[in-house]
Amino acid sequence: MFWQQLVNGLALGSTYALIALGYTMVYGIIQLINFAHGEVYMMGAFVALFLVLAFKMNVFLAMILAMAFCAVLGVFIEFIAYRPLRKSSRLSAFISAIGVSTFLSTLALLIFGADAKGFPDNSFPIVRFTIGSAEFSSLQLLIFGVSALLMLTLEFIIQRTKIGKAMRATSQDYNTAALMGVNINLVIAFTFVLGSSLAAAGGVLVGIYFNAVSFNMGLMAGLKAFAAAVLGGIGSIRGAMLGGLFLGVVEVFGVALGYSSYRDAIAFAILIIFLLFKPTGLLGEKIQKKV
Amino acid sequence: MGDLLQQIIGMIDPYLLQISVNIGIAIILALGLNLITGLTGQLSMGHAAFMSIGAFSGAILTIKLGIPFSLDILIAGSMAAFAGVIIGFPTLRLTGDYLAITTLGFAEIIKVVFLNLDITNRALGLSVPPPNTQIPLAIYVWFLAILTVVIMVLIHNSRFGRALKAIREDEIAAEAMGINTTRYKIMAFSVGAFFAGIGGGLYAHFIAYINPSDFAYAKSIDILNMVVLGGLGSIPGTVIGASLLTTAPEFLGFMSKYRMLVYGAMLVFLMIFRPNGLMGGVNFRNLVFKIFSKKTN
Repeated sequence: MFWQQLVNGLALGSTYALIALGYTMVYGIIQLINFAHGEVYMMGAFVALFLVLAFKMNVFLAMILAMAFCAVLGVFIEFIAYRPLRKSSRLSAFISAIGVSTFLSTLALLIFGADAKGFPDNSFPIVRFTIGSAEFSSLQLLIFGVSALLMLTLEFIIQRTKIGKAMRATSQDYNTAALMGVNINLVIAFTFVLGSSLAAAGGVLVGIYFNAVSFNMGLMAGLKAFAAAVLGGIGSIRGAMLGGLFLGVVEVFGVALGYSSYRDAIAFAILIIFLLFKPTGLLGEKIQKKV
Repeated sequence: MGDLLQQIIGMIDPYLLQISVNIGIAIILALGLNLITGLTGQLSMGHAAFMSIGAFSGAILTIKLGIPFSLDILIAGSMAAFAGVIIGFPTLRLTGDYLAITTLGFAEIIKVVFLNLDITNRALGLSVPPPNTQIPLAIYVWFLAILTVVIMVLIHNSRFGRALKAIREDEIAAEAMGINTTRYKIMAFSVGAFFAGIGGGLYAHFIAYINPSDFAYAKSIDILNMVVLGGLGSIPGTVIGASLLTTAPEFLGFMSKYRMLVYGAMLVFLMIFRPNGLMGGVNFRNLVFKIFSKKTN
């Protein structure tokens, strides 16, 4: 029972972590809560579903194309809605993000309709096997595998490549990085590329896992992923991974203990209690206020 | 008195009456949030939760006890204000985005708890009986909306209001000047919540049916949009924002399918071209003087 729920929780948590990474990266660099991020995740799921249904495409190929689509979408959103507001107050940019979020979810509603749609049954072979007392399905392994691969790639890009170095520099000090010759616009656009494609991957995985893709799936997933990012310490990439996994596991255990009607409140209750004791989150750095 | 008022209200076109009552409620809600987010600068994303607390306590008091409406509304506001203090104490030590997510989470928790309580009739929601009063509800709403505007103007120009503005401009400097920032933030939070509770109580009796899911994230964002559209911290701006966003669906009725699409795009463009809102940075008093002095010339 325990191990079974742990496996389920980690699977759910990995998808939260994938979305939370996008929030935390964007926040780390331009201090914006990108509220349209949940909608990008939803769009990713829909694009993949469309490709699978219309062209009988392989799920993996569809996922990669959906990631590419969302990368472009993310950069486009940044260019239209956030870049003109970079110099204005943070609240304006935040409201703009809410506008984009409303726009995208309504667009999805108009294009794809109000009812949830599922991936065809044969799109990914489901095999069940047991290790000890826990029963895995091949879907869960797919989620672990894809998430782990994507997160390791992200770690590699951020820690080992030149653009990753530029991202880290920008998140530490925006103006100084610009003075040192970092192309800020490129770094921000690249951040959106990374974040949005991870969200798209998360959307496709969740779409296959729960066999449901709907126009409003981005809202709650986005809010919970944001909670995960804050829990891990917003701006911290490893924190977002940890926060996502943690929230997923706690949510699944909460449901298993019989609090299923409180499902959506669990993540937020944990977040609030946690923030009271450690206001910067799990791995967040304490920022000294200077006068 | 009550009969006469009923007759007068009866002469007004029901459609116009409904819109004007909706505007009145929106003004009360938005001015409450304006005090928290506009004047004190604390981004709250859970205003609908206070509205929800007010709506349910108002409705339950009318159903169970049938107390007079004025008292009912007052208690609804006080319950919300009390919740504001309870949530304010621990969270207002947090700043900026942490506060935003906590208020959002708090609203989500309130919604889920109300969906699971027997007294709020779980997910079925409550049918709210008409208020226990002779005076028509519309009169109540208009009167309270005007009263809210007056109180807000008084707060803005008071010692309390200046302290809140100081916190918004620079929290550290405000603290250095001897302002107890946590205390003032909690006060602002509970006063804002009080008005949200009153708005919620009025809304419950006007709509006659409430469900915890009515007061979800989308509602909080709606109220926030009113404040931002009008101009953060500006009372005339908030009134205009509340009126515009409440009537907008009526104007956009012919394209109701695309309404939210337009609404989303509008927010983005508004922020790009008028980031401080319609009335942001406009001195309302000077504007009025200017218009009137032109007419006399």
